[in-house]
Amino acid sequence: MNESTNFESAEQRILRLFLENKALLNEATPGFLCNDREQAMNSFQRMGIPDRKVENFKYTDLTKLFARENYNRAFHPTSFDFDMQEVFTCDVPEFDTHLLFHVNGWFFGQNRTDQFPQGTIVKSLKQALIEDTALVEKYYGKIAAANSDPVAALNGAFAQDGLFLYIPDHTVIDKPIQIINLLRSEEDLYVTQRNLVVVGKNAQVKLMFCDHTLAIHSYIANYLTEVFLSQDAVADIYGIQNQHNGTAYLNGLYIHQESNSQLITNTISLHGGITRNHLHVELQGEHANASLFGLTLTDKDQHSDFFTSIEHAQPSCHSNQIFKNIQDDNSTGAFTGRIHVMPGAKKTEAYQRNNSVLMTKAAKMNTKPQLVIDNDDVKCSHGATIGQVNEEALFYLQTRGINEAEARLMLMFAFAHEVLANIRVEQLRQNIDRLVNKRLRGEVSRCHDCKLECIR
Amino acid sequence: MLIIKDLHASVEGKEILRGINLTIHAGEVHAIMGPNGSGKSTLANVLAGNTSFEVTKGEVTFNGKDLLAMSADVRAKEGLFLSFQYPVEIPGVSMINFLKTAVNESRKYHQLKELSAGDFLKVMREKKEMVQIDSQLTNRSVNEGFSGGEKKKNEIFQMAMLEPKLAILDETDSGLDIDALRIVANGVNLLKKPENATIVVTHYQRLLDYIVPDFVHVLYKGQIVKSAGKELVLELEEKGYDWIKKELGE
Repeated sequence: MNESTNFESAEQRILRLFLENKALLNEATPGFLCNDREQAMNSFQRMGIPDRKVENFKYTDLTKLFARENYNRAFHPTSFDFDMQEVFTCDVPEFDTHLLFHVNGWFFGQNRTDQFPQGTIVKSLKQALIEDTALVEKYYGKIAAANSDPVAALNGAFAQDGLFLYIPDHTVIDKPIQIINLLRSEEDLYVTQRNLVVVGKNAQVKLMFCDHTLAIHSYIANYLTEVFLSQDAVADIYGIQNQHNGTAYLNGLYIHQESNSQLITNTISLHGGITRNHLHVELQGEHANASLFGLTLTDKDQHSDFFTSIEHAQPSCHSNQIFKNIQDDNSTGAFTGRIHVMPGAKKTEAYQRNNSVLMTKAAKMNTKPQLVIDNDDVKCSHGATIGQVNEEALFYLQTRGINEAEARLMLMFAFAHEVLANIRVEQLRQNIDRLVNKRLRGEVSRCHDCKLECIR
Repeated sequence: MLIIKDLHASVEGKEILRGINLTIHAGEVHAIMGPNGSGKSTLANVLAGNTSFEVTKGEVTFNGKDLLAMSADVRAKEGLFLSFQYPVEIPGVSMINFLKTAVNESRKYHQLKELSAGDFLKVMREKKEMVQIDSQLTNRSVNEGFSGGEKKKNEIFQMAMLEPKLAILDETDSGLDIDALRIVANGVNLLKKPENATIVVTHYQRLLDYIVPDFVHVLYKGQIVKSAGKELVLELEEKGYDWIKKELGE
C-alpha cells in the first residue's frame, strides 16, 4: 500500500465502492430496489461498521475485519473454467434433492429449475426483479432490518443476486431443495448474496443451505435470506456451514410467520473463520410455531456468534430455541438470545437454552439471554450453561474399556446430538451426524465436494 | 489374581484408605462389608482407576501386572469390571453404540477381530436373556431415565457383555427391591466361572444370601479389621457393626 495515500476508513472505502459501482449495481433493476439500496447505504453510513460498543455486536467486533479487507467485490457473475454439472453430477440414489448452486453470491446459470410443481417460481433474484417485479417488491426488504442492523444494511446496499423462490398456496415440494453456495475465486473476495423465499398458504418446503469455500483465498460472505411463511405454511430450513478459516461468514436469516405456520431451523456451523448467524423470527399470526436449533464447533482461533431474536407479536404462538457450542483451543463463541413478547401477545410460550462445552482453558464463551416481556399470561424460560465434559460420565465409559479420547468424543457427540436429532430429513441427519463426528475427531471434512460430503 | 499391599488413598488431602491388604484368587467370591464411610466405595473406585482418588502408598498387582500403572480403560480391558453404586446417566450415547464400542475396544486390545454388527446383536440378545433386562432398555441412551433397578440390571448386563475376570460390585443391592435383587444376584451367579473372581461390596447381608461369599472382610476406618468365612455375615447381622467397634476397643 502506498503510504502517501490519504487514510480511508472502512466506511469511506465502502461508500466509494458503492458510488463507483452504483450504475452497475442498479443495472436492469426496478426503481423500488434502487431506492431500497440507497436507503440501506444511508443506514449503513449512519451506523458504520459495528464495534464492541454496539450492544448487538458486543461479542463480534467487525471493525478489525473490515479494516484489513480490501477484497475485490463480486459485482459480476463469476465466469467458469469448469463445468459445474460435471463436477457435481454424482448420483446419490437414496437421497434426492433439487440442487441449486450459487457461485460467489450469483445464481448459477445452469441450475435446473424445470422440475418443480406448477406455479412454483425458482429463479435468480436478478431475473425475478425483471420478470416478477410486483411479486418481489411485495416481499423484498420487508423484514430484514436494514435500518437497524449494519450487516443487513450492507447486504441491502450491495445486493444484486441470489435465489428467488415462490411456492404457491397448497403446494408441497416433496424433495428438499438444496442450495449450495460456493466461494471460488482467484483472489480475495467480498460476496453479497440475497435470497427471497415466499411460501404460500398451506404450502410446504424443506430448504438446505450448504455454505462452502472452494479456494484458499480470504472471503467475506454477507448472505441474507428473507422467508415469508403464509398461513398454515410449513418450512424446514437447514444451514450447514463448512468454510475455511479465512472466511468471515455474516449470515442473516429473517423470517416472517403468519398464523399457524410452522418453522424449524437448524443451523450447523462445522467450520469457519469468523461466523455470525443472525436469526430473526417474527411471529405475526396466532398459533405460529418456531423451533430454532443450532450447533457450532470451533477450534484454533475461530469465532462463532449466534444472535437470535424472536418477536412474539400475536397471541398463542410458541417458540423454542436450543443452541449449543463445542469449543476447542483458543476459539471464542457467543450467544445472544432475544425474545420479545409484545403487548397483546397473550398465551405466549417462549423457551430458550444455550449449552456450551469448553474443551480447553483458553476457549471463551459469552452467553446472554435478553427477555423483554410486555405481557402477563406468558410462559417463558431461558437457561445457559458453560462447562466441561462430565467427568463422572467420562470415568464410567472408561471403566467399560473405552479409552479417554474415545470416551470424550462419545460425550461430545452426545452433547451435539440433541440439536442434530431435530433434523427432519433422515438422510441429512445421518450425514450431518457423520460430519460432526469427523469434525470432533479433528479429521478435516473436505469442503470441495459438498454434495458428496453431505448426502452420500 | 489380585494382590493388594498396604494400599493408602486419599481424596482432597483426606486419607480414606489406610493400609489395605487383600489377596484374591481365581474362583473366589469376597465380600467387603463395613459401616458407612469406612472406605468401601473408595476401595472399589481406586481399583477401577478413578483419578479423583489419589493413591499415596502401596501396590496392587492384577494377574501379575501393576494395576495402578494402568488407566481405567486398560484395567477394564485387562478384565476388571466395576458395577457402580450410582450408574451414570449419559444422554445421547445409545446403549448399543456404547456397548459395541466397549466390546470391540476390548477385542482389539486382545488382538481379536471386531464383532460384526450381526454377531454383536446375537451376543447382546443372549446376554439380555441371561440377566432378564427389558429389551427396550438397550434402545435408549445409557441409563437415561432408567429406574434404580433397571440401572443395576444394566450394570450386570454390561458385565455379561464384557466377561470380566474380576468383577467388583459396589453396593449393587442398594435401592433394589427383592425381586430385582434376585434377578441381579442370579445374573452374577450365572456369570461365575472357576477362572473368575468377584468382590461384593455391601453394607447389608441380604445380597450375600444370594451371592454366597467364600471370604468376608470388614472394612473400618480405611483398614480391613476382620476377615473370616461366610459365617461372619451372620454374626454381623446379629450383632451389628458396633460389635466390631467394641472389639477394636472404641
